[in-house]
Amino acid sequence: MSDKQPHALVLAGGISHEREVSLRSGRRVADALTNEGWRVDMREPDASLLPHLAEGQPDVVWPALHGASGEDGALRALLELQRVPFVGSDYRAARLAWDKPVAKTLVANSGGVTPRGVALSRDTFRELGAPSVLDALRASFPLPVVVKPARGGSAQGVSIVRDSAGLARAMVEAYTYGDDALVETHISGVEVAVGVIDLGDGPLALPAVEIEPLSGEYDFEARYNAGETRFYAPARISSVAATKAAECALLAHKALGLRHLSRVDMIIDAEDRAWFLEVNVLPGLTETSTLPQALRADDRELGSVYAALAQRAIGDFSA
Amino acid sequence: MSQTAGSRGNNLDPWYDSYAERTSGLAASEVRALFAVASRPEVVSLAGGMPYVSALPNDLIRTAFDEVMTSQGPTALQYGSGQGVPALRERILEVMAEEKIRASVDDIVTTTGSQQAIDLVAKLFLDPGDVVLAEAPSYVGAIGVFRSYQARIVHVAMDADGLIPEALREAISAQRAAGRTIKFLYTIPNFHNPAGVTLSADRRTEIVEIARQNGILVVEDNPYGLLYFDEAPPPPLRSIDPDGVIYLGSFSKTLAPGFRVGWAVAPHAIKEKLVLAAESAILSPSSFNQLVVNRYLETANWRAQIETFRGVYRERKTAMLSSLREFLPELTWTDPAGGFYVWVTMPDELDAKQMLPRAVTELVAYTPGTAFFADGQGRNAMRLSFCYPTPENIRVGVRRLANVVGRELALLDAFAGSGSLRDTEPDRHVISPPPNLG
Repeated sequence: MSDKQPHALVLAGGISHEREVSLRSGRRVADALTNEGWRVDMREPDASLLPHLAEGQPDVVWPALHGASGEDGALRALLELQRVPFVGSDYRAARLAWDKPVAKTLVANSGGVTPRGVALSRDTFRELGAPSVLDALRASFPLPVVVKPARGGSAQGVSIVRDSAGLARAMVEAYTYGDDALVETHISGVEVAVGVIDLGDGPLALPAVEIEPLSGEYDFEARYNAGETRFYAPARISSVAATKAAECALLAHKALGLRHLSRVDMIIDAEDRAWFLEVNVLPGLTETSTLPQALRADDRELGSVYAALAQRAIGDFSA
Repeated sequence: MSQTAGSRGNNLDPWYDSYAERTSGLAASEVRALFAVASRPEVVSLAGGMPYVSALPNDLIRTAFDEVMTSQGPTALQYGSGQGVPALRERILEVMAEEKIRASVDDIVTTTGSQQAIDLVAKLFLDPGDVVLAEAPSYVGAIGVFRSYQARIVHVAMDADGLIPEALREAISAQRAAGRTIKFLYTIPNFHNPAGVTLSADRRTEIVEIARQNGILVVEDNPYGLLYFDEAPPPPLRSIDPDGVIYLGSFSKTLAPGFRVGWAVAPHAIKEKLVLAAESAILSPSSFNQLVVNRYLETANWRAQIETFRGVYRERKTAMLSSLREFLPELTWTDPAGGFYVWVTMPDELDAKQMLPRAVTELVAYTPGTAFFADGQGRNAMRLSFCYPTPENIRVGVRRLANVVGRELALLDAFAGSGSLRDTEPDRHVISPPPNLG
């Protein structure tokens, strides 16, 4: 790239359930890049986007889009077709990570540990009868269990079921966010998030951030209301557990073929095992998100890291 | 030291433990986050209550602006009286005369929208634990204010003719038997938000009499009274008992909410305190905005403009009801004679809040019924607004809503007999749409 001011286009908003979170993340990225001397535009992914990109491309696109169309790989596929450099994983990897049951399987196949789970479509309950499917789940999964939409983030539609009677309600709640749901064993332990960045020397795991929600559950409100969750960065876990957490994050990043940045959510149990829960190709970058906290804990400036990631994306595209 | 979370941890808000207890409901919620999607043009929003200000000719307002700046510039840009601009208060008398309210200019306090008037009244009267009686359901913005003063909101049943007098008597008796202090009845007699119903003339007299007998002040909120479709509603409660009613009016619906000009009419002693409370809160309402509204009322044919609004909203209500009849005949709804809202009741097993994510996926939004209750009621209800979307979009929105309801019923049918499928906890946080959502 020449000496001219680099130009980034931050995409944020969209029509996913996580629109508001995306707008918050996008503004943070835009502010950080602006402070690093970038020219930054921020816009919605709407009908004018592709013609806009065709007319004059920015040096790089930062898709700060959470939820469907942002993380399911569709938009990334179109950016690749238009040969626009962008930050983050390619569409194939994004699609794998977006589907939680698929991601769990790939991580498990690569040697990772992940809670036992089963993915069920809403049609399964209709065809086989909810009472018998629920009975089968109760027989196979000792309580508590976690029920969540198979796709999507920000803990929307996620329930921890502690009593048998609550299972049906949790399933219904998950299905309001999508047609597939994941039921998995609840692992007791310390909830941590481990960010991974790759600035050119290979993927690097950031310090684990421990999450301690006041309510006991890291739900939507605990995630996006400052004060509702206490974070520890680095996490208050043993050095053995910290190593395993980093290994788990890197394993997931590599197993799914992710690029530039990711965040893996996991539980550290009493035996210091790191249980993979899910991976995000576009980690939240809001005021209350864990990746920015991990960067600060690693004595890194957000702006310089974001700028380096953007430069990396440009470099990858030219390579 | 950077803001990292060390061994003591960091909750990202160092003042978290300092907030007043009354702020506990002021937090982001999953439902409110969903409303962010409703601002996208692909989504038909039946959620918000934005007036259709595009029906207001720009020239009328621009002329009023220019004239104010030309003839009253320094006054418009200066602090004003805490009670409001006298000339505007004169004009407000004319507006209220349309609804058969007689008052003195001195009885009126102009406020920053009638929302501020609700806040001032609550500030004057409510101590923590005091009871406010309100219709079931009630205006979400008022519930938020009363909660912020830590009042106990007791809902009183209503039907197609509005608040039920017998239910009011029972509520008063029950609260007094429980040793609680009732401070006032908050009521929206005309084209109720969110229920869409209007209090009948007979009941107005009876409700005022019940309040008088029991020594309970009435707060009458009437932002929609002039926006009737065919016939004007019965005269306001204030016209029956000027000494026992605080009346709240607004230009937000009959002109434009961007001015943030409303007013309160109160018995003399209360009015005096309202002025002092207003000065303490904001010194004075915007002189500029009051003078522009005053000039508009002075020079424009505002009655004709209100007639234009009536026509717009009448057409949209018709579109809403015909769409409901066509696409959702299995549901029940109110038939408003004016205003902005239809209250839709679904089968008991459906939960409008739980269903909202699916609705957003289907590109339609509404406000779940629980937003309008302080006690967890309203799960199987929703408020649909017809004020902002075009008749065509209303039809599209209701058709999409029918898909949502159909899929939700199919889902619940699949889980029939599997135990309770509903969350029974009252909403912990604000779940109403933001005011600038169409």
